[in-house]
Amino acid sequence: MAGPMKMRATVAGGNTDVRVLMTHPMTTGQGGQALYFIQNVTVKHNGRTVIESEISQAVSRNPVFSFRLKGGAKGDTIEVSWLDNKGETNKIEAAVA
Amino acid sequence: MNRLRRTLLGALAAWLAKPLAALAAWNESAFGAKTPQDALKGIGAANPAPSKEIVIDAPQIAENGAVVPIEITSNIPGTSSIAVVLEKNPFPLAAKFDFGEGALPYVKLNVKMAETADVRVVASAGGRHYAATREIKVTIGGCGG
Repeated sequence: MAGPMKMRATVAGGNTDVRVLMTHPMTTGQGGQALYFIQNVTVKHNGRTVIESEISQAVSRNPVFSFRLKGGAKGDTIEVSWLDNKGETNKIEAAVA
Repeated sequence: MNRLRRTLLGALAAWLAKPLAALAAWNESAFGAKTPQDALKGIGAANPAPSKEIVIDAPQIAENGAVVPIEITSNIPGTSSIAVVLEKNPFPLAAKFDFGEGALPYVKLNVKMAETADVRVVASAGGRHYAATREIKVTIGGCGG
């Protein structure tokens, strides 16, 4: 089942590095399993959408992504959310450290 | 005709059944494509020009095809999206990232690869499309899970 997320956002070299982990089986529909995977991942910086993505079942189980945002400062809010093919969603919010 | 109507009605019903939050876009024709060419057509990026400005950092040999790390940086000015195509997977398009003003065209992700294959990364900038490829050898395929 889909579960909790973890995220770390840090200022590095004038930009903000975001690393986020999602708990999701990401099953391919092969070998008698259901096709069950995250389809959309969205990244927001202080409430503004900066990255939108569409992904497939080819992304590994418990997806981990690294992104790089322009600028950013300690205390800024980063939010990452996902939506899967069953309509389930989850999100995590963290302050830039 | 009937079939088309059923498909449309089915799509409409599925759309209505989804909660508001579930209305995000997912390019079904591109992700459902079974060849890299059709996947690229599906995202409107057929025949991308080769570019050395796309940097793909990935292991030469992936022992576990279930988790193959790929790190991508586009140095093409104005890059607005990056797509990842796994050439020999049953459904080659693995991901497409759209970068807004506040993001750099960089992403790192883990993917499943069925077998040794080229990974093709397509970056789009100013309505033009560019591609770079890199071969990753896979010793144990990862598409069972």
